[in-house]
Amino acid sequence: MPGVKPYDEMHAEDGSVREHYRAFASWLARTPSDRVAQKRAEADSLFHRVGITFAVYGEEAGTERLIPFDIVPRIIPAREWQQLAAGLKQRVRALNAFIADIYHGQEILAAGRIPAEEVLTNGHYRPEMQGIDVPGSIYAHIAGIDVVRAGAGEFYVLEDNLRVPSGVSYMLEDRRMMMRLFPELFARHSVAPVEHYPDLLLENLRSVAPPGVIDPTVALLTPGACNSAYFEHAFLAQQMGIELVEGQDLYIEDEFLYMRTTRGPQRVDVIYRRIDDDFLDPLVFRPDSMLGIPGLLTAYRSGHVTVANAIGTGVADDKSIYPYVPEMVRFYLGEEPILANVPTYVLRRKEDLDYTLAHLSELVVKEVHGAGGYGMLIGPTASRAQIEQFRERIVRSPEKYIAQPTLTLSACPTFVEAGVAPRHLDLRPFVLSGKDVTMVPGGLTRVALCEGSLVVNSSQGGGTKDTWVLET
Amino acid sequence: MLSRTADHLYWMARYTERAENLARMLEVNSRMSLLPQGAEIVEQGWVATLTIIGLLDAFRQRYGAVTPTNAIAFLVFDRDNPQSIYSCVRAARENARAVRGTLTSEIWETINGTWLDMRVAGMRSSSDAEVGNFFDWVKHRAHLTRGVIQGTMLRDEAWHFAWLGTYLERSDSTARILDVKYHLLLPRGEKVGGAADYYQWSALLHSVSAFEIYRRVYRDLITPRRVAELLVLRDDMPRSIRRCMSQVHTHLMAVRNAHSAETERRAGELQASLHFGRIEDIFDIGLHEYLMQFMGRTRDLGERVSRDFLVSAAD
Repeated sequence: MPGVKPYDEMHAEDGSVREHYRAFASWLARTPSDRVAQKRAEADSLFHRVGITFAVYGEEAGTERLIPFDIVPRIIPAREWQQLAAGLKQRVRALNAFIADIYHGQEILAAGRIPAEEVLTNGHYRPEMQGIDVPGSIYAHIAGIDVVRAGAGEFYVLEDNLRVPSGVSYMLEDRRMMMRLFPELFARHSVAPVEHYPDLLLENLRSVAPPGVIDPTVALLTPGACNSAYFEHAFLAQQMGIELVEGQDLYIEDEFLYMRTTRGPQRVDVIYRRIDDDFLDPLVFRPDSMLGIPGLLTAYRSGHVTVANAIGTGVADDKSIYPYVPEMVRFYLGEEPILANVPTYVLRRKEDLDYTLAHLSELVVKEVHGAGGYGMLIGPTASRAQIEQFRERIVRSPEKYIAQPTLTLSACPTFVEAGVAPRHLDLRPFVLSGKDVTMVPGGLTRVALCEGSLVVNSSQGGGTKDTWVLET
Repeated sequence: MLSRTADHLYWMARYTERAENLARMLEVNSRMSLLPQGAEIVEQGWVATLTIIGLLDAFRQRYGAVTPTNAIAFLVFDRDNPQSIYSCVRAARENARAVRGTLTSEIWETINGTWLDMRVAGMRSSSDAEVGNFFDWVKHRAHLTRGVIQGTMLRDEAWHFAWLGTYLERSDSTARILDVKYHLLLPRGEKVGGAADYYQWSALLHSVSAFEIYRRVYRDLITPRRVAELLVLRDDMPRSIRRCMSQVHTHLMAVRNAHSAETERRAGELQASLHFGRIEDIFDIGLHEYLMQFMGRTRDLGERVSRDFLVSAAD
């Protein structure tokens, strides 16, 4: 933030290049700038041709855009990654335990560690899930945990994404692109591979098939080609060799799920769904949904089909629940959290509300149900009028908001119009839970391309970088 | 495989083939327009083309006078005309996009690349010479698409549905190309065999890449009867109706299911009639009547394929 110098991923305080960036920095210094420029142009045209685009809502129908790709990788040294990975797996274990508990005995509420009304009146709590047993007691099979690094280089978890986290295709395509453009770089760094993610994912999904199914059929459910993440859905289905299905391709008969094929009906045992709970089953949730499968919940309840992620995981990744995650780690695992939360003011609490209203210009205020960077106030950069406008909204319904101190996100050198300049970034690693909890070493690095901006969302002009976890 | 996926693959292939065949048809017309002849005859050629693809009324409503420039504008780049080359390329790409997970990445990149270039081409206004190059380009991209399907795709149902679409579309199109010529000549009752006639028949042969083949097969003058025989009945002629129908039958048998018996029978019957057919008998019926009847039967097959395989039958 103004005045505070961000942690620079590449350079130390004294301006020298950090050890894990040295080989890259010397390569960059030696490579003629016109070659770099030409490679950047090549990356653009490749992304276009391959059609790695995302659809943009609110513009002319069918608008597809590229997500800007930056060729300076975000490099993470091995020892930092080990710590990070251990923390992420621990966190996801606790989150899964929490969801299982909420939909069964609710011990954590009984123990008074989380206020019951915070959970039970939450819009993402699904009473329909109460008492349903799911294979392995796993709910969030795929979790995308957003991690940032603040002023002194320490990591914080910013957000847990446990519903339909996206972005993993960019992690994979960014790597493919870097290897295609700069093979020489990979010869001189030992970058941990991420390409086996689809294999891990498929294995993970098959491991949570309903009990007794020998050779489970997995299908990926997409809302269709108009969805902003359609590219990713098609990409993952292809990489896993499974069918990419839409609601219209599926139906329920005798509490089993089938897809319509050219040879008649075929049973589906695991559905990797990329549509929200609300649209999954028009008989139970939104009746106007054209995307879902009428009767799916019945088949789910009978244990004939596994839905990944499970219905109702949103109760654990809501911003109003986020402040309690470290408590879940202690409660379910009996361990101290390895990764820290960003200190958070819960505005339904009187003292937190008072503090926040008095310090609006220093804080980031977020709507607890907001996503994609919409509906938030970044105090230090907001105008007076914006702050006052937001203040009214908070006072009207404080329970809809949380506030956090503005973190100075770390920055990494990035190609921009004026040359190479530091830009803020975050990291979304993906954690898979099935029989085991697994990850590939890496994640999606998102970068805010506008100077000083902290918003990295692709819908708001963010770009991506390849993420390198070094093996040594 | 999913019925919806099969449907997209089938239409992806049909639209790719349709774009190419339209380019071929327009190319032959453009060639014919270059012959020394009156504006009225040129106009007749375009009227015949528009009639045969069923768009004459739609064209008249939007453009009025039938001129080569108008006709090309309507059939090539008009994005409001769902049958223009532009729209066909877009439809092929939209269908491919809907099932890109089923395609190899090379197929997707080829079809997407064609569309991206098409969009750029659609923004420029083209001179006559450029239009000629453009038709060549459309053909080349279609060759490339088929080549990459042939060279990279697993021989599974998806592959069969793509070819089923390709050959059904092509058989229909060869019939139409031949019929345009019929519209063009016979109503005027001009004597068969004149110089203009020669150029018209040879332009037609060129449009289906059959000029050199004709020379090799017949080593003789170009006569309407032989042209018709080549394009309808020859099994070794890659764009002939018989060749296409035998491919349709092969790919249909590869994907047959519990509902498709009657469709298989009809395809087999049609194939047999081409196999044992004689050009004399076709001319006795009248080439135009024969072709109209044939187009009716391919339309029926297309509808049956949709019903048996492509729309969800499992309710």
